[in-house]
Amino acid sequence: MATWSEAEAREIVRRHSGREGPLLPILHDVQAAFGWVPPEAVRVVADALNLTRAEVHGVVSFYHDFRAGPAGRHVLKLCRAEACQSMGSEAMAQMILDRFGVAWGDTTADGAVTVEPIYCLGLCSCAPAAMLDGEPIGRLDRAVIDDIAREVGR
Amino acid sequence: MPLVQETDYGTPASTSTEVVGLTIDGIRVTVPAGTSIMRAAMEAGIQVPKLCATDSVEAFGSCRLCLVEIAGRTGTPASCTTPVAAGMVVSTQTERLKQVRKGVMELYISDHPLDCLTCAANGDCELQDMAGAVGLRDVRYGYAGENHLAEAKDESNPYFTFDPSKCIVCSRCVRACEEVQGTFALTIQGRGFDSKVSAGMAESFIESECVSCGACVQACPTATLMEKTVIEIGLPEHSVVTTCAYCGVGCNFKAEMRGEEVVRMVPAKDGKANHGHSCVKGRFAWGYANHRERILKPMMRERIDQPWREVSWDEAIGRVASEFKRLQLTHGVRSIGGITSSRCTNEETYLVQKLVRGGFGNNNIDTCARVCHSPTGYGLKATFGTSAGTQDFDSVEHADVVIVIGANPTDAHPVFASRLKKRLRQGARLIVIDPRRIDLVRTPHVEAAHHLALRPGTNAAILNALAHTIVTEGLADEAFIRERCDLSAFAHWAAFVSEPQNSPEAVGPVTGVSPDEIRAAARLFATGGNGAIYYGLGVTEHSQGSTVVMAIANLAMVTGNIGRPGVGVNPLRGQNNVQGSCDMGSFPHEFSGYRHVSDDGVRATFEELWGRPLDAEPGLRIVNMFDAALDGSFKGLYVQGEDILQSDPNTHHVAAALAAMECIVVQDLFLNETSRYAHVFLPGSTFLEKDGTFTNAERRINRVRRVMAPRNGMADWEVTLAIGKAMGFEMPYAHPAEVMDEIARLTPSFAGVSYDLLDRVGSVQWPCNAAAPVGTPVMHAESFQRGKGNFMITEYVATDEKVGPRFPLLLTTGRVLTQYNVGAQTRRTANVVWHEEDVLEIHPHDAEERGVRDGDWVKLDSRTGGTTLRARVTDRVAPGVVYTTFHHPVTQANVVTSEHSDWATNCPEYKVTAVQVAPSNGPSDWQREYGEHGRKNLRIAAVVAE
Repeated sequence: MATWSEAEAREIVRRHSGREGPLLPILHDVQAAFGWVPPEAVRVVADALNLTRAEVHGVVSFYHDFRAGPAGRHVLKLCRAEACQSMGSEAMAQMILDRFGVAWGDTTADGAVTVEPIYCLGLCSCAPAAMLDGEPIGRLDRAVIDDIAREVGR
Repeated sequence: MPLVQETDYGTPASTSTEVVGLTIDGIRVTVPAGTSIMRAAMEAGIQVPKLCATDSVEAFGSCRLCLVEIAGRTGTPASCTTPVAAGMVVSTQTERLKQVRKGVMELYISDHPLDCLTCAANGDCELQDMAGAVGLRDVRYGYAGENHLAEAKDESNPYFTFDPSKCIVCSRCVRACEEVQGTFALTIQGRGFDSKVSAGMAESFIESECVSCGACVQACPTATLMEKTVIEIGLPEHSVVTTCAYCGVGCNFKAEMRGEEVVRMVPAKDGKANHGHSCVKGRFAWGYANHRERILKPMMRERIDQPWREVSWDEAIGRVASEFKRLQLTHGVRSIGGITSSRCTNEETYLVQKLVRGGFGNNNIDTCARVCHSPTGYGLKATFGTSAGTQDFDSVEHADVVIVIGANPTDAHPVFASRLKKRLRQGARLIVIDPRRIDLVRTPHVEAAHHLALRPGTNAAILNALAHTIVTEGLADEAFIRERCDLSAFAHWAAFVSEPQNSPEAVGPVTGVSPDEIRAAARLFATGGNGAIYYGLGVTEHSQGSTVVMAIANLAMVTGNIGRPGVGVNPLRGQNNVQGSCDMGSFPHEFSGYRHVSDDGVRATFEELWGRPLDAEPGLRIVNMFDAALDGSFKGLYVQGEDILQSDPNTHHVAAALAAMECIVVQDLFLNETSRYAHVFLPGSTFLEKDGTFTNAERRINRVRRVMAPRNGMADWEVTLAIGKAMGFEMPYAHPAEVMDEIARLTPSFAGVSYDLLDRVGSVQWPCNAAAPVGTPVMHAESFQRGKGNFMITEYVATDEKVGPRFPLLLTTGRVLTQYNVGAQTRRTANVVWHEEDVLEIHPHDAEERGVRDGDWVKLDSRTGGTTLRARVTDRVAPGVVYTTFHHPVTQANVVTSEHSDWATNCPEYKVTAVQVAPSNGPSDWQREYGEHGRKNLRIAAVVAE
């Protein structure tokens, strides 16, 4: 994940210039580039799109997916929506949180992984579902959790 | 007078001309199509409960209180977002709605502090009202759940507080900031339970993009956003509608009072210039009226190096009269004169000029409008026949292409700027002609199509090049010209602008603007629909000020943009009553209504009514007064409400002239800079303390109403009467209304104006007479005031103020939002938190060349003088141009400005001075000397208790 760079942020904005409704695509790319949406990025995007900081902040803070702080090297999203709950996702989630020693939204002390809740991945048929670094994972159980832990180096 | 309670219709009025009939609670209602059910109900007197709706912003539909039932439709739609339909049958009160509303209120109140009795909004809270309206008796959810009651208050803004614990997240503040003010400084942060109003990106209000216009505070239905004065004082018990005394927009306000104490100033919804909006100055910066530095007793001294001594009104007035009479006996009738103020009322201004013409027996009367908009009067009279703007402010709602030249509306005319920005967001195009990148060039949701960043002093060249493009490319509105304009003048002018030296290509190098940009702007203006031109002091305060005003008029005529809504020539007047002070006969050569003093017929009507023979010779202009003072022939001056030492150009020269006079009488709120040289100081009263009228930039005569007794004991108009009486010139009026009656009698364009009319209709735009009994919003509709529109030749002549090796940069000046002119008032309010000193804007290139860093002290020198101030390095100004504001006396910007002035009117050329900038480590010699002088000459002797 790159550290903050205004030039890179401006380049992201430039890539989307001329596009209708560019704000969300830009924010996604900013998060992809830096792992979160830093306040400096809000200023740059607002200036480039001729919006106010308030407007961009309103959008960023509305979507839980946009992070207000840097994430770990890996991001694990655990589904907490109804279908997964009915298949025992809460227990699996608790197991993971305990194992990594974090609360929802936190990053492990070594910066290895951030665990975030998500409300439906559209993967209900394979509940409980998760997503690691953008890759969907189905049928969470102890074994799968072990795999995940190995993957993130814990 | 009770508290004015404005009706809130919930949603804005529909402009549709089609009408729709429906039934609401059994009552037949007919409203324009597109009206919301909520508004239709309110128009029939039926109040639908609501929280998130207010008629200054579009419907939002979030609070779920205004639900109604409609026969034949399922569900309970929100009445604010549901438009009326023909034959609709609506019920606003049913058992089902009662239950729903009660349930919604329970949710709101379960997360709201129950401190109504000690809440600042107690008695003025819509949440409280709605709890009552829906019959809330208990909250089934209890109060123990998760809530926002511990949220911290933001008290960073000097004028209002933000208390999120009381917020119901109705978004009214966010929408008011967007829709009314156009600043977009607020948002709703987060979602669901975490939703919270946020200024900027979770910043404090003071650090955010907020401009403190107060629109959010006004829109807030609870105590979440609340004026600090209401928190301190409590709610007002009565209100008086009056007019703001800052800029030329002329906003109407309700002065909400507790006894004689102002609790708050709230913009009036039926104010025809502001329609319920305000800026930080009018809304909040009125505290100077009670500032401790205000002088409340008359003072005198024999010599200007003596301390001031407080005296009685009789003694002070007696001294003025005896000194003025002595000077006239010794040095002649024309050795004294007066200066009227564009800050004072029409009536006061009229009386001062009457005192001079009738009482002093000469025409040595001038006004501070001399130094701002005198070229407007001259230029528009020559071309159109009337010394005034052609439109009302509402006209901007119909404009398609707007030129803003030499004006910075977001700072200097903020309420107009909000209206302009609204129109621009609706799709109108903007052309900015200004040396500096003013906010309008690019500000959230607004971007100018063209910014012609010309070199200061080249306005005429640019306007000629725009006209050249229009004429030579066949874009002129020939039908309009043929019907409305003087054809021989047009032919002559068209030949002139078509000459090659006026082409964009020839003008480009002179102005520093690319010819393509000039051509593109000209094509846009000529072909983009309704074209309106707004201009300010960046046009008038030049050696070619009058020329450029005429060039603007030419441009409007050649494109047919005169005589209907959405077009026109619109001077943005700097002060509240610039238009009025000019109308009232403040110039040495003109009686009220711009009629020359040498006109025997006109003079006879004044002589008859005033009972005095009047001088047929024009008197001295301000600059001539100074020159005459230095050559010993001008000895006495009565200055009402203008700080000539700080505001006139070339301070050294003005100071020397003032020092040469024997009796200077200053009438002002504070010991201003001019009073260093004064012999008699007469305390003035604020706009809150007097009755009268101001005439704004759109010729609108607005009432100023007294809300408290004059703190100094006499209103300004009474002081002028007293001077007249002591000099043997009685002006017997019991009330300013009688002064207006006299103005109406003597001035054809004011013939129909009376306080009675103004009280009935609110305000009128002159001409107001038998032909136009309720005034004239748009002038020259059928034909020009002078008959045919007159194209004037406007050859570009470079100013004599030239850059050279010693003075390679051009200085231009302007204002900031929170301060006003010489700052006498705004510097004495909390507005100083935003602008505590004047700074010099300089381009990074010029700064680097001189080793100047951001925040450094720099010395600013011109041929006239030098001063020091801090530098701000910014690319808002072009290389070769520097810029400063002139709000602070310590900066003394006018020590630097030159003696050049408009060829026709002597309006000083403040906007172009050749300067040099160099690093510095402290105040200039002049600043030190001046500071010392002030410490000596502004002393007031301690009053010894008897």
